[in-house]
Amino acid sequence: MSSAVDLAPRTSFQGLILTLQNFWAAQGCVILQPYDMEVGAGTFHPATTLRALGPKPWKAAYVQPSRRPKDGRYGENPNRLQHYYQFQVILKPNPPNLQELYLASLDAIGVDLKLHDIRFVEDDWESPTLGAWGLGWECWCDGMEVSQFTYFQQVAGFECAPVAGELTYGLERLAMYVQGVENVYDLNFNGGLGDERVSYGEVFLQAEQEYSRHNFEVADTAMLFRQFTDAEKACRTYLEAGAPEDEAGRHRMAQPAYDQCIKASHVFNLLDARGVISVTERQSYILRVRELAKACGAAWLRTAGGGA
Amino acid sequence: MPDLLLELRSEEIPARMQRRAADDLRKLVTDALVARGFLYEGAKAFATPRRLALHVAGLPARGQDVREERKGPRVGAPDGAVQGFLKSAGLTSLDEATIVSDPKKGEFYVAKIERPGRPTLDVLAEILPEIIRGFPWPKSMRWGAASAKPGALRWVRPLQSIVATFGPETETPDVVPFAVDGIAAGTTTYGHRFLKPDPIEVRRFDDYVQALERAHVVLDADRRKDIILHDARDLAFARGLELVEDEGLLEEVAGLVEWPVVLVGSFDPSFLEIPPEAVRATIRANQKCFVLREAGSERLAPAFILTSNLVASDGGLAITAGNERVVRARLSDAKFFWDTDKAIPLESRLPKLDSIVFHEKLGTQGERVARIAALARELAPIVGANPDRAERAALLAKTDLVTEMVGEFPELQGLMGRRYAELQGEHPSVAAAIEEHYKPVGPSDRVPTDPVSVAVALADKLDTLVGFWAIDETPTGSKDPYALRRAALGVIRIILANEHRIKIASLSSKMFAWLLARQGAQIEAFIDEKPVENTESRSAEIVENFAIPARFLNFDGLLSKNRELLFRSIDFHRSESRYQDFGSYAKDENIQQYILIARQQLGLMIYVEDEREAAERATELAKQIYWLHGFALETIDAYDLGLLESIKSNFNDKFIARLEKFSGLESQSILVFFADRLKVYLRDQGARHDLIDAVFALPGQDDLLMVVRRVEALGTFLETEDGKNLLAGYKRAANILRIEEKKDGRSYEAEPDTALAAQGEPEERALSEALVAAREAASRAVATEDFAGAMQALSTLRAPVDAFFDKVTVNAEDPALRANRLALLNALRAATLEVADFSRIEG
Repeated sequence: MSSAVDLAPRTSFQGLILTLQNFWAAQGCVILQPYDMEVGAGTFHPATTLRALGPKPWKAAYVQPSRRPKDGRYGENPNRLQHYYQFQVILKPNPPNLQELYLASLDAIGVDLKLHDIRFVEDDWESPTLGAWGLGWECWCDGMEVSQFTYFQQVAGFECAPVAGELTYGLERLAMYVQGVENVYDLNFNGGLGDERVSYGEVFLQAEQEYSRHNFEVADTAMLFRQFTDAEKACRTYLEAGAPEDEAGRHRMAQPAYDQCIKASHVFNLLDARGVISVTERQSYILRVRELAKACGAAWLRTAGGGA
Repeated sequence: MPDLLLELRSEEIPARMQRRAADDLRKLVTDALVARGFLYEGAKAFATPRRLALHVAGLPARGQDVREERKGPRVGAPDGAVQGFLKSAGLTSLDEATIVSDPKKGEFYVAKIERPGRPTLDVLAEILPEIIRGFPWPKSMRWGAASAKPGALRWVRPLQSIVATFGPETETPDVVPFAVDGIAAGTTTYGHRFLKPDPIEVRRFDDYVQALERAHVVLDADRRKDIILHDARDLAFARGLELVEDEGLLEEVAGLVEWPVVLVGSFDPSFLEIPPEAVRATIRANQKCFVLREAGSERLAPAFILTSNLVASDGGLAITAGNERVVRARLSDAKFFWDTDKAIPLESRLPKLDSIVFHEKLGTQGERVARIAALARELAPIVGANPDRAERAALLAKTDLVTEMVGEFPELQGLMGRRYAELQGEHPSVAAAIEEHYKPVGPSDRVPTDPVSVAVALADKLDTLVGFWAIDETPTGSKDPYALRRAALGVIRIILANEHRIKIASLSSKMFAWLLARQGAQIEAFIDEKPVENTESRSAEIVENFAIPARFLNFDGLLSKNRELLFRSIDFHRSESRYQDFGSYAKDENIQQYILIARQQLGLMIYVEDEREAAERATELAKQIYWLHGFALETIDAYDLGLLESIKSNFNDKFIARLEKFSGLESQSILVFFADRLKVYLRDQGARHDLIDAVFALPGQDDLLMVVRRVEALGTFLETEDGKNLLAGYKRAANILRIEEKKDGRSYEAEPDTALAAQGEPEERALSEALVAAREAASRAVATEDFAGAMQALSTLRAPVDAFFDKVTVNAEDPALRANRLALLNALRAATLEVADFSRIEG
């Protein structure tokens, strides 16, 4: 019986994910699952933020559902989503042939490098909330940005030593390109043919509508303000509780504290989408999250994972 | 003569940095060589996205031998001196020195030092790594395993390899022996990333360039630009179209490819209903593609030029299709922006400007627009504009900042506003002013001439200047982050080109007062809005949020400490519970301070336009003052208007006077800034800076057009014989006066006694009469702005002044006569002051 499913990236969204996973697994990456909290980008996953700090080598790849409450368009825009997938690769230190590896991964998902014009166009990355920055490019395929390529220079206010290379693939956009689809909701999700076909819209359209309503109109701002303060407090409490007992000691609560930092960041994004944060306040909220991120980064550097 | 070839191959260098980096590389290497005495015949540097290359031709194989003689100590000098000499001259013993005898100094040692020139190769090996380590990239980074250690090499993106060879054309060159952070210089490079990624062995520049060409790399950016430009023109021509040329984009695109392959894509003609500037901005900014127009027409064509970096196996079909897809998506966005924007009248966007911070200390765009609109209205009659239209245009001038289109493409500000205004049927002058009020942007940009545009352009620029002046953000040295010099120059050019009469200082003064009033209102709103938790943090917050009050409250000699007291007192006052026990507080030093400031605030009320609001707030403030003075609250209510009156008469006049003085001082300092800018501008136009100084030295020169007229008339006058001689006479008179006044310890500023002069020498009488007549005539002419006439009047003084100095002895025996003659000289000085301060004129 012939399968009614074609997992080639050009017919299947999940096929694209599986191909990337296999490719980076073959490069010795730890293949992680998405972090079980709401984040704005794959970078927030502790496997990137925290692991990018300290001297220990680290190679990981994972899919991260990313939430950008403000980008919701009630399912009406063919390119914009408030929830989408990033495929994240982090390699510390970055291997000398990271660009070649990246190009090979494009080849693996069916981008023929003899037919397509791939370009590395300057794009320096900065995350004010994470106190992080790096230099790199946006990677263009025939004029379309399909990935971000960054050499982390600083995370949580600390110099990266050694430097980690980070690749972020915008999966929906890449899939639209590979599948030749103009509207994200038309993507073939499972690679099913005929009746077996499940579209991206069938999986996510309703969610986009519901969450757009939630993000822009209904999200309980009083609760969110409370949650922000609570998360901020909890983060500090956990950092305090896990603090090293002496100069030589290790920190014992860096990761639970960092979870609260992530939470504060997402709550802030929701409040921002609800339009209840003024321009001046906005800056101060970003600063508060950054302070948490810095404190968590400092704590992580005092853990075994951070090389202490 | 041998050549140096250097190639620094890296991952993709940002396009905008390439040309500068190539220049820096050439300069750093050749400067370092020259500094070590190595001259060269020529040097040229190149950049592609993946490499910087340098060719230095005609270097010597080794440096010149150095021969010098160094004088040493006398023969028989102490051992210490001898040892020092040997060490500094590099000798091991005195046997290597020669003895020279001198008839005066006797015999002494001389060392003849001969240092052979160092091989150039060694010197290169020394300087190149230094230059690479210290290369001035605008932004640089660390990477890879080496970045674990401090002091790792920094480069713009990871540096992959170094080629460095040195040698004559006829022989195999040497590799310059050096390494940086483990990257050793060699002879291997690589070709195009996709088309020819294999290693290439290079020896010297000529074969390097050729080998790269074979490997699909065009080394020279200018050649890449030529290729793109010509291919683009040809492809356009073949379709009956023309390329819309764009030098900035061409430079950028040439920095994105090593092997340019130019292709044409097309899009749906229905997108052409979007304004052409927006189509172009979309395709340019997002896709780095050129737009095309119909041959011989300004109309855009539904096609674009893209530059790929690949000779694709399908002839570029997939690349073109991919780019078309993205262009389509982008244009769909632009069309969506256009359609959405069109549906919303510009004036209904005004409230949104209230939420956009223009500058944290100067408030929102909304407030700024309100000020600009009021000022534009005020300026309208002066520049011959319809006041309603000027105000309307100013009101709408910034509304396009909150349109979708300008949000996406900030460079379209003004232009989109104009388009939307035209669509909603605004008067053509109003629509034009929305675009033109930003002008002139640069020295070569057009100056607006439509009166409405002029009014709004002046209002916009003056508001910027006064605003940043008020918060102390004035340009210093090379730093001018808010482009205030450009704004002032814009004002000058607009005024002069349109021959408008505008009193810069008094206008500025008025605007300071507006800013002041706004600030008072804002602090109150700020305090009302946020309940107090902690007065300390409140004070800090206010100081941080409102720079102007800090400054303006200071003007009464209040130190920053006193400001703190004010805020503490305000908070104290607002917490109701403390009303209970006022007696003790009334004596409190804080409260005394507060009273003072509350009085000042009261003074601000004269600038609140709404009379009722002013009265209410003044009453409130008056209550505070009186209450703090120890009156019971109930009593105050009874005082009512009578109270206000008494407050006004008691405190206000003094305060208002002070306020005006302060605004006046501020606007004077702006005027000085304008004078400087005008000087720079006129100097560029060929005017003498001393003449400009001479005119600005007169009081009340805030009408720039009149200043320029006066400078012109003065210049013409000083070119004439009469002018030159009068200036000489003036200088002589001023000289004598200076000496005599110093000797006598008094000045001779009294009017000369004409009767006394009439009894003296005939020349004395003549001068006295001429002075009275000339001064009167000059003054009359100046009053009618006839500067040439004023100069003409002064020129009548030449003959009597010459005759006076010829025949009359100033220092007469008779003290009364002497004093009167000195007074005559002073009267000459005074007469010239009608047109300019002659003491500032050189020559």
